[in-house]
Amino acid sequence: MPLDKPYLDIPGTTIFDAEQSRKGYWLNQFCMSLMKAENRARFKANERAYLDEWSMTEAQKQAVLARDLNAAIASGGNIYFLAKIGATDGKTFLQMAASMTGMSEAEYRDMMLRGGRGIAGNRAIGEDGDAQASRQPQGSGKAGWDTRDGKSR
Amino acid sequence: MARITASVYTSHVPAIGVAVDLGKTEEPYWQPLFAGYEGSRRWFERNTPDVILLVTNDHATSFSLEMIPTFAIAAAAEFPPADEGWGPRPVPKVVGHPALASHIAQSVIQDDFDLTIVNKMDVDHGLTVPLSLMCGQPRAWPCPVIPFLVNVLQYPVPSGRRCFQLGKAIRKAIESYDEPLNVQIWGTGGMSHQLQGPRAGLINKQWDNQFLDRLIDNPAALAQVPHVEYVREAGSEAIELVMWLIARGAMADAAGGARPRLRHRFYHVPASNTAVGHLVLQESFEDQPENPT
Repeated sequence: MPLDKPYLDIPGTTIFDAEQSRKGYWLNQFCMSLMKAENRARFKANERAYLDEWSMTEAQKQAVLARDLNAAIASGGNIYFLAKIGATDGKTFLQMAASMTGMSEAEYRDMMLRGGRGIAGNRAIGEDGDAQASRQPQGSGKAGWDTRDGKSR
Repeated sequence: MARITASVYTSHVPAIGVAVDLGKTEEPYWQPLFAGYEGSRRWFERNTPDVILLVTNDHATSFSLEMIPTFAIAAAAEFPPADEGWGPRPVPKVVGHPALASHIAQSVIQDDFDLTIVNKMDVDHGLTVPLSLMCGQPRAWPCPVIPFLVNVLQYPVPSGRRCFQLGKAIRKAIESYDEPLNVQIWGTGGMSHQLQGPRAGLINKQWDNQFLDRLIDNPAALAQVPHVEYVREAGSEAIELVMWLIARGAMADAAGGARPRLRHRFYHVPASNTAVGHLVLQESFEDQPENPT
């Protein structure tokens, strides 16, 4: 019998449920390891080698290397865990959120100052809001971020 | 006997903690937000409790995917501020109240809510940002704090209905504690926010304000709202708002008593990615006629 998942028709949104958690276990545990300074240093010194120590899929590793958080979420990542990657690069939560929308940091920040993304058209897949797949990515930014210019927030 | 005297509700956006720690509270971006808490800080100075039971969630800080309890009460003597990846916040350690925490655990579990008892944990922005907003930057926090953790990260998370019922059980537990403690219960997290995916940045002011209205006036009906409405209307991370129902369920009117008094209400957009909401509800037996600011 199918489980009750009434949230699957919300556009641009992945709910981290038990199924996603199972898919993303090692990806998220890798992220958790970045809570320790020595692990952050080892990761930054050789990202590929550090990732290869974890039982992650190749798609998960590529998502991390590209800092493509949408791809990481699709493969089971949870944003609170993935945020450890951004922290390792010196990025804020706002910069990470912007990177998933196609907007530059400035464009995203301006949207928030104008009151945030509107709900109209963004409740269910098939409407015409700016979070719908047909209208994404929506700005002049690009997925991910430059990992070399990390500044402390 | 101990009693609950007030409940406080507030968002716990991490960027607010950064603004406090870096001395940015007077900057134009942040000034309106901190101004909205000024009256509450004055209220809190006059109404500092003996203990705060602070309902919050762990943000992949102390609980990894190795294990995530649905409901947990922290019974340690003290809790250090966590390093969430940017270094620990420069805030005082949080002093707990092991005796009251253990008492609540005993009572609430016997009332059919299966709490996990946590005796060692670091506390993240979910706990320290509300303290900063209400207490400023003291050398030590003004009273002991019992962290109460709710899983709102890994679905399914507990329903609003269950959270509201849990609040009632917590009230019973506190009222059966022999020492005459003045206890506040705080519900934190929310309001509108979505931190993930192409829909990141979602804010629904109308829904948020209706949530505040209903939390004040008709929390039992609000507790029936299903998860999917929080997520669809106010963003995936707005599900944190179910934690406010635990604090609201602990107020006297949920057990047939008098309605609490609204002392403060504030709403502001944005703080980083998030809409900030704030309420102070004080039990009516705590009425202070001279100045209800």
